[in-house]
Amino acid sequence: MRFDYHTRYRQGFALLRHPSDWLAYGLLAVVLLALPFFASTYLIGELGYVLILCIAAMGLMALTGFTGQVSLGHASFVAIGAYAHAWLLAQGVPFVLALPLAGVISAEAGLVVGIPAIRVSGLYLAMVTLAFSIVVEQVIGMWRGVTGGFMGMLVETPRIFGVSVGAPKYFYYVCLFVAVLVLLALANLMRSGIGRAFTGVRDSEAAAYALGIEVKRVKVGAFGLSAGITGLAGALMAHHIGYLTPDAFTLLLSLDLVLMVVIGGMGSLRGAILGAVLISFLPKGVALLKSALPDAMARQSGLEIFVAGLVLALFVLFEPMGLNGRWLKLRALFESFPLYRRDTFRRQKTYMKSERSR
Amino acid sequence: MSSALELFAQLTVNGIAVGAIYALVALGIVLIHKATEVLNFAHGDLLVLSAFSAWALIEGAGLPFWLVLPIVALGIGVVSYGIDAVIVRRIAGQPQFAGVMLTIALAFMLRGLVMMGFGTDSQSYDTPWSGQSTTVLGVTIADLSLVIMGVVFVIAALLWVFFRKTRLGVAMQAASQNQLAAHLNGVRVKRLNSLVWALAGVTAAIAGMFLAPVTLVDTALWLITLKALAAIVLGGFGSLPGAVLGGVLIGLIEQYAGVYLPDGFKDIAAYLVLIAVLILKPNGLLGDAHGRRV
Repeated sequence: MRFDYHTRYRQGFALLRHPSDWLAYGLLAVVLLALPFFASTYLIGELGYVLILCIAAMGLMALTGFTGQVSLGHASFVAIGAYAHAWLLAQGVPFVLALPLAGVISAEAGLVVGIPAIRVSGLYLAMVTLAFSIVVEQVIGMWRGVTGGFMGMLVETPRIFGVSVGAPKYFYYVCLFVAVLVLLALANLMRSGIGRAFTGVRDSEAAAYALGIEVKRVKVGAFGLSAGITGLAGALMAHHIGYLTPDAFTLLLSLDLVLMVVIGGMGSLRGAILGAVLISFLPKGVALLKSALPDAMARQSGLEIFVAGLVLALFVLFEPMGLNGRWLKLRALFESFPLYRRDTFRRQKTYMKSERSR
Repeated sequence: MSSALELFAQLTVNGIAVGAIYALVALGIVLIHKATEVLNFAHGDLLVLSAFSAWALIEGAGLPFWLVLPIVALGIGVVSYGIDAVIVRRIAGQPQFAGVMLTIALAFMLRGLVMMGFGTDSQSYDTPWSGQSTTVLGVTIADLSLVIMGVVFVIAALLWVFFRKTRLGVAMQAASQNQLAAHLNGVRVKRLNSLVWALAGVTAAIAGMFLAPVTLVDTALWLITLKALAAIVLGGFGSLPGAVLGGVLIGLIEQYAGVYLPDGFKDIAAYLVLIAVLILKPNGLLGDAHGRRV
């Protein structure tokens, strides 16, 4: 068993609390940094995409997992980030400047959507964001002057100080850098007063309000932050896709992002990353599964979506805390090995509580 | 009659015909939401399943439409009952978001099953009224649209009678208002909720079978769920008459937007209405105002 004895005040805030954490994350960092030297170009490209999805999932987690605001339309912010970035590049803005600017533009769009978030909550907010993303998709299609409409828009090769980083190997490092930056920023933010305010608003608006938290400002701010991070992911995704069309950012992408957050486990950055990794490798897993099936079944096209639904349903029913919850349970099992009690994580029985008149 | 007025009348009739379908889908979603507080995102996929089943029975097995209608409606009702009894019932007591996620998961699974079972190609089938139309005062109406309007009107009336006059309907109302109190009064809440799901499934099946001949039998039909959401919000969340009114209004707005507004507005009009209503008048047209409880 391992016991937490803090001998200094600041130990309580440390991101990595144990030498074993340092070892584990250090190893992970080394593996991630060294991968491009060993893996194939295709695999590196795919991993870069997974990292982009991790960023987007962390963005959504900041909103849904930490602040409790459901968004079913985050693909719209990915789209806004992607198009803003591509447009800025086309205007001659350098990559290092266009990337954060795309995030800022997306964040402002998020603020615009966040303002109705003050008035509506729960299901209603989910529907507003859903409708918003459909409207954005159409607007992008119609606004030919800037976005190229349904014909699409070519994204220029990314260059950092004149050096092209378009090759998957280099672009992977760009994605890794941004992902780590976002991860550290969010992890630190969640330990600060602002992050605590987010969690407070999620758990009880009334209590948060009574404690002097400006609930409205926190909600809108969380929307802006989340949209900004998702916009960054969109800007990187623009390079991954290479040619932007509105149908790259449909409802399905929004639902995929929500899937990542829910399957990963609400309210944890580790969950967002685990969820993004699982969801992006799910189609590959299904493809493997298909090769094992008889030919007639393998040619059917509905299997991917069926498996995605099945995985989601199983998680909602049997592991509502997601992959992160499973991870915590495993860790508790190992840390307290002979003394592990399953009831530590037993869910309390709850009765139907109406959310109708909230 | 001037041509502008004629156009307007034609649009109005078309709008009501489309809106009637939205209303029927919205009714099903509101039924389930009222009873179980689950917003059923899988409703549109039940509709897709019914459309494909009807196509298989009509074009494949050669059965007449009148025979297929009750078979599919009953079948989807049973499927819907099973979905609640086996799966959705388990998450009672969890936050609303869990219900949304679970029904989205069910929607994916249903869609996947339909794609695997029936293929992904668009199909079509004929009804006894396909290709015929009636002209009244210079306005041409497809007979199928007339039948749809009639069917929706009859279903709405039947539901009204059911909830007002029958023992089962009153019990359902009681359970939807306060589950614990209803349970203590001897209402079998779990079974009733599953029955509500079955009822909603039947409305979805009927909507699907009448919508498919108008458009096509296609998995994209599930998108009608989103239009129905706009209708529900416009009518007032949780109000059955509101769902019907909202459905018809959304149908009308779409038709008018297609002609009187610039290109592209027709597709997003319903969603713009949804956003505007939620921001400006969250209780909708016929919704009852709820106080905010801490």
